[in-house]
Amino acid sequence: MPSISYTSRRELEQHSFPPAVTLLVPVAAIVLQVLISKLSWRLGIVDLPLIVTIFFAVSRRSPVAGTLTGMTIGLLQDALTAQPIGVNGMAKSVIGYIAASIGVQVDVENLTTRLLMNFGFSLLNSLLLFLINRRLLGLQDFHVLWVHELIRACVNTVVALPVFLLLDRTKRAD
Amino acid sequence: MESFFTRYKNVLVLVAVLLAQTISLAVQVKRPVESGAPDGASVTLLRHWVVGTVTPFEGFFHGIGHSVRSGWANYIDLRHTRQQNHDLQDEIARLRLEQAAMAEDAIQGHRLQALLGFQEHYVATTMAAQVIGGSGSDTSRVLYIDKGSNDGLKPDQAVITPDGIVGKLRDVFPRTSQVLLINDQTSGAGVLLETTRTRGILRGSLPGQIQINNLTPDARIKPGEQVLTSGGDQVFPRGLKVGTIESIAPDPDHQPYTLIRVKPSANLFQLEEVLVITGTQAELPAVAQKDLKQAATTAEEQAAAKAAAEEAAAEAAARTTAAQVVADRLPSLSDDKDANAGDGVKTAAGTTPHSSVPKPLPALHPDRYTPGVTPPASALTPGGANPAQPSRPVSAPAPSAEDKPKPMTPNPDN
Repeated sequence: MPSISYTSRRELEQHSFPPAVTLLVPVAAIVLQVLISKLSWRLGIVDLPLIVTIFFAVSRRSPVAGTLTGMTIGLLQDALTAQPIGVNGMAKSVIGYIAASIGVQVDVENLTTRLLMNFGFSLLNSLLLFLINRRLLGLQDFHVLWVHELIRACVNTVVALPVFLLLDRTKRAD
Repeated sequence: MESFFTRYKNVLVLVAVLLAQTISLAVQVKRPVESGAPDGASVTLLRHWVVGTVTPFEGFFHGIGHSVRSGWANYIDLRHTRQQNHDLQDEIARLRLEQAAMAEDAIQGHRLQALLGFQEHYVATTMAAQVIGGSGSDTSRVLYIDKGSNDGLKPDQAVITPDGIVGKLRDVFPRTSQVLLINDQTSGAGVLLETTRTRGILRGSLPGQIQINNLTPDARIKPGEQVLTSGGDQVFPRGLKVGTIESIAPDPDHQPYTLIRVKPSANLFQLEEVLVITGTQAELPAVAQKDLKQAATTAEEQAAAKAAAEEAAAEAAARTTAAQVVADRLPSLSDDKDANAGDGVKTAAGTTPHSSVPKPLPALHPDRYTPGVTPPASALTPGGANPAQPSRPVSAPAPSAEDKPKPMTPNPDN
């Protein structure tokens, strides 16, 4: 008879969320994203759906859940744009998968880890969007302004810290 | 086999998700023939659900913000209403004069267009709508407005503000519509440079700028030139303001073309209300025709008043000139007039008419040049006094002592 032993980080620190949080937080992130970008076009640099994707993925520590969460949030985001549906969906699916995989390996409760993770995933999101638009959709005029993307990554990292602290309160230990 | 799926479950899910979305992308990219075209039915359904979920929240928060802003703005506006009213009255008067000045050109233009059989499209009807949200992404420049198919809106209708063009309707839902802004990278519009009359295609870009990149270098195109819609895209009526040329530079991606950056007339980053053009017509709208007629009448009145003023001025000038000529040539007439002013009155009273013969004024200097008057040179003594001149043969009054010739003395100034 196999014995149950909590030896891995995943087994020790895996969290779940109430269904209401799982459903409402992504929608709230998208609505907030729309509202703040309407408030000032400069605030469109913040990517709240990306932050929420990273949070859910690293908290659940399940690559499948991370992939599906990322895909859902990305598709919701795409539906509000004039882009073909799937651009953000694909990028956030990959990010959800990688974030969940990293969450299994490292301590994602640490502040420094959260900083580095958000910064890195923001840059990765920009890179994935560039590849999808340039290679898959064939938009030759699509350029990446790397300075702009670095600023975006910094802003997202700063915004992510309080958002993570706020969402930490909704966690439910399994 | 079971162990394979269990072992690689995570990766397989990721691959399946990516594959499904790639196929979905391929289908969508193939469907719209031109960029900015509405989606297919299945895609619209998904957008419909999401927009139906998100826009009520947007509308709610927009309503709160709008109420607060309008309440405050009403209070502020009331404080300056009197002054604004006065300023607006002045502006209306100024614009009426400007309109009158342009009315003749407009009428002539319409006549020539009619002669050439040119089919013009004027904005006939518009619908005002409020902006309730956006895409939330800085890579996709779209807006959501609070009017949809229930209000009679249709895809590809032009969206403008009084300042200039904004974009076109891309997807229309029952209560909301998605507006594709002209600075979105998938957007395009046919434009015309006002001075050079060069036609081009306006495109959006990733950073949200609008640019023309299908024109070859032309020295006549300069920054500051106005850009208007050409009407060639069948979306925007001809002649609407687009913006002004900001800079001209060689396009590094498309040589030998130039990259003309245009500063939009409408503030695309801070839109609150827009107008959707719901109808166009070949003739000027009734209100515009009435305005034009009024302007033409004003112009005619102005021209008549100007002509009358010019005529009066010419008459006055002619009168002044004739009197001046008479006074110059017949100076005694005016003197006699002055002197006989009382006689005139008497004449008018019924006495015999007085015929005054003009008399020349006495000469200021004696005549020294008429032959026979001046003594011969042999009779003159250098340095001595000249002999007395004989009396004048005519009936001119004898010169007085003051009028006698004086010895010529050299002018010390000379």
